[in-house]
Amino acid sequence: MSGYNFAYLDESTKRMIRRAILKAVAIPGHQVPFGSREMPLPYGWGTGGIQVTAAILGPADVLKVIDQGSDDTTNAVSIRAFFRRTAGIATTESTAEASIIQTRHRIPERALREDQILVYQVPIPEPLGRLEPRIAETRRMHAMADYGLMHVKLYEDIARHGHIATSYSYPVMVNGRYLMSPSPIPAFDNPKMDRMPALQLFGAGREKRIYAVPPYTSVKSLDFDDHPFRPIRAPHACELCGSRDTYLDEVLTDDVGGRIFVCSDTDFCAERQAMKEAAE
Amino acid sequence: MTTFPGFADPVLDGQAAFRAVLQAMSRPGLVQRLPVPPEAPPGLSPAAAALLLTLVDATTPLCLDAGAEAEAWVRFHCGAPLAEVGAADFVLNAPLRALSPGNEEEPERGATLILEVSALEEGAGWRLTGPGIEHLHRLRVAGAPEGFLADWAANRLRAPCGVDVILCAGDVIAALPRSVAIEEG
Repeated sequence: MSGYNFAYLDESTKRMIRRAILKAVAIPGHQVPFGSREMPLPYGWGTGGIQVTAAILGPADVLKVIDQGSDDTTNAVSIRAFFRRTAGIATTESTAEASIIQTRHRIPERALREDQILVYQVPIPEPLGRLEPRIAETRRMHAMADYGLMHVKLYEDIARHGHIATSYSYPVMVNGRYLMSPSPIPAFDNPKMDRMPALQLFGAGREKRIYAVPPYTSVKSLDFDDHPFRPIRAPHACELCGSRDTYLDEVLTDDVGGRIFVCSDTDFCAERQAMKEAAE
Repeated sequence: MTTFPGFADPVLDGQAAFRAVLQAMSRPGLVQRLPVPPEAPPGLSPAAAALLLTLVDATTPLCLDAGAEAEAWVRFHCGAPLAEVGAADFVLNAPLRALSPGNEEEPERGATLILEVSALEEGAGWRLTGPGIEHLHRLRVAGAPEGFLADWAANRLRAPCGVDVILCAGDVIAALPRSVAIEEG
């Protein structure tokens, strides 16, 4: 790792990000602005998550990176390689072995522990952005906890489709105070955020925001009494491990309409397959 | 000038100290041990010195009243501009009420109070509840300023604005983020 400071970032940048993280933890769900740096990969490839990871990472950490649940996609592989090269740390594909898990758009199926930290890569941190494009206005709405607009949006979903037709990036209330975007994880994963024993940190590089959910903090998906929140899942079993309770990806297998459903979490799926084989 | 040192390894000690602070802040009331500089300057406890090295730099106005030696040490190692208590991002040992709580749109501007006390002990004393705490954490704080709990209750009423506190004693810390509720034990 010669030629780099430990974990790539310079020490004053790390201090700035660390201060933002501490305030984010103290105000659960509130977006804290930070001076996002140019990174050696483009915005949209996880620069926010990488900067958060670089600021917290130490030599004893074991890092896992997933992209849509998978350990072996380009984004996940290159971020692991980046930290191996710039910090000399150990990496893993196993959820159980990792001390820091950086994720793009999924929460691992295996329940996380108190000694783990989950770092989300966030493209669009502002949950109200599609309803109110002016940042000055959305900041005011967060200050006043004025979230009626989001309820109207969900109501219009019901009026138009008969149910809340939001299957990812489903807005949540954190600690009963701040409306938060869970980053575009599937709504299926939302319940895992509620009172999770692990610390959850969110980094948005292009939008220059950091926010956090401390351990054991209430995270509730917005809904109505007569239209309760329902996590959505494809009604199939995983083709590889047979799981009926995990989030599935639909994979096309040929050009005549063949398709299979497989677990999106590759580590969890591989573990189940190994267990099945051992049992047989 | 100061002859007192900073961290032996500024990068890795700073990282380890930050993780201890992060752990303390996300699990209020848990006592964490910090890596400390080989020798703290007169006027600062080892944990307070480590916190300043970890969090404070030229971009964060600091208020401290710990004597000339400590001020020279902070100037040399952190480069922090010294400020009045109401204008500082980090404040050492001052009444909670005097610090800036931020504003409704930017509650993150609420200052951080580093408060030196005589001892911290888990499992007895104050009853802490709130985000980061599964059921209840207990923290015994020896030597907290008089009226601290009343000030803390007033601090909580300003939510989401407010002041976050890091308590230090010797080389250990415990944090009280503004979201935590404290009852006398």
